[in-house]
Amino acid sequence: MLWITCSNCGRRPVEEYRFGGELRGAAASITDPVQRDVDYVWMRDNIEGVTTERWFHSAGCRRWLTLSRDTITDTVVT
Amino acid sequence: MKDSNDFVERRARLRWHEPKDAYDVVIIGGGGHGLATAYYLAERHGITNVAVIEAGYIGSGNSGRNTTIIRANYGIPEAVRFYQHSLDLYQTLEDDLDCWIMYETKGIAWLAHTETQMRAERARSLLNLACGAETLMITPREAKELCPQLDLSGGGRYPVLGGSYHPAAATARHDRVVWAYAGGAMRLGVHVLQHTKVTGLLREGSRVTGVETAAGPISAGVVLGAVGGSVSTIAAHAGVRLPIRTHPLQAFVTNEYGGNFPGIVSDTELLCYVSQTERGQMLIGAEYDAQPSYSQRSSFSFLQHTAAKVTHLLHFMRDLRILRQWTGICDISADFSPIMGVTGVDGFLVTTGWGTWGFKAIPAGGEQMAQLIATGRTPPMLEPFRLDRFASDHTMSDPGSAGTH
Repeated sequence: MLWITCSNCGRRPVEEYRFGGELRGAAASITDPVQRDVDYVWMRDNIEGVTTERWFHSAGCRRWLTLSRDTITDTVVT
Repeated sequence: MKDSNDFVERRARLRWHEPKDAYDVVIIGGGGHGLATAYYLAERHGITNVAVIEAGYIGSGNSGRNTTIIRANYGIPEAVRFYQHSLDLYQTLEDDLDCWIMYETKGIAWLAHTETQMRAERARSLLNLACGAETLMITPREAKELCPQLDLSGGGRYPVLGGSYHPAAATARHDRVVWAYAGGAMRLGVHVLQHTKVTGLLREGSRVTGVETAAGPISAGVVLGAVGGSVSTIAAHAGVRLPIRTHPLQAFVTNEYGGNFPGIVSDTELLCYVSQTERGQMLIGAEYDAQPSYSQRSSFSFLQHTAAKVTHLLHFMRDLRILRQWTGICDISADFSPIMGVTGVDGFLVTTGWGTWGFKAIPAGGEQMAQLIATGRTPPMLEPFRLDRFASDHTMSDPGSAGTH
């Protein structure tokens, strides 16, 4: 099982959290503003490896946190 | 034809090839979609200078990790027509490929426990009928007739108000479908290269001209990305970004159930679906896991939650034991519909976003992608599923149908 360490609540099982999506801004390399919006709204990096994500501790302190997770092994890396 | 030894003997007779330096078409991914595309390229269009490149053995990805349900009762017209066409192709596949895929029409009952769900099923049923797929509303009593084991009170918690019934729903043996297409394609001259990992794409300017593999480069007129799972990585080599998130999806089978469970039972509220395999085991699948991951690891919490829900409806399953569980990885597109066709990069096509609905789409997906590759024009059936629909705001939102399967 995946365990996530919350800065308020400590190490808690993944069931207490809600996945909030990969952390990224608009792609700086896309200069066309419409294309940049399309990319921001729809496209995903969907990285096979270590990715930075937002998670919401919905059944705990109800605060957001940012963490790095390896999507191949489904483990949190620090 | 219906002889199980025959399946093994056919496999033994297949001719395997060493990779050539160049092909007209290179397909990345030896799953159902990749192999079906290769087969239809050769069979319908006479294009046989084709290689299907698979990192593992064919069917080792999600073609072999699903719950083998074939149905067409989707929630938007474009999808209903597409999946109905796929179902039609499946029905004649055993004759077309001269191979027993254990296709069995079972019918799927989709149960509703609230008025809201009843309305959703009514809407689905009307839409399906209008688009050529037969889906009828059923009463609780009819549900009980279709599935005598069903507890209509839902263990006191999930009373059955009714549901919809899609009589043409079926199951087929997944590895047989994969090997039937592989065999059909290989007999027509297609090369299937197993245990060959694609590590990159060859590019000339903006054009994709082939693939980089562990065994060396292979050039190609057209490269089709037909992988399940790593499609974002493959597309990134071509500079193509996809609206895809890759999630695990788990399922399990029990030991043999002595009784007869002839149909398929599905449930949007409980997010589970149940059928009996040809071995007599009960096969239970569910919703994909919440967080994206490429891990094929199964979890105990999934077994716990799903078993608890299913036994509310089907009490006999309390006496069964869980034999085996597995995890596939699903490419979930942003609008819960597949993405097929051109990518904006010359020489590079994708068939992806097969989420939890890929197995049933193998014949139609393969047939239509082959037509696109052979003619260079997007066939009308694929037009709604183009990647550029996201940029033009013509998304094919169908999350209701994607809730299960």
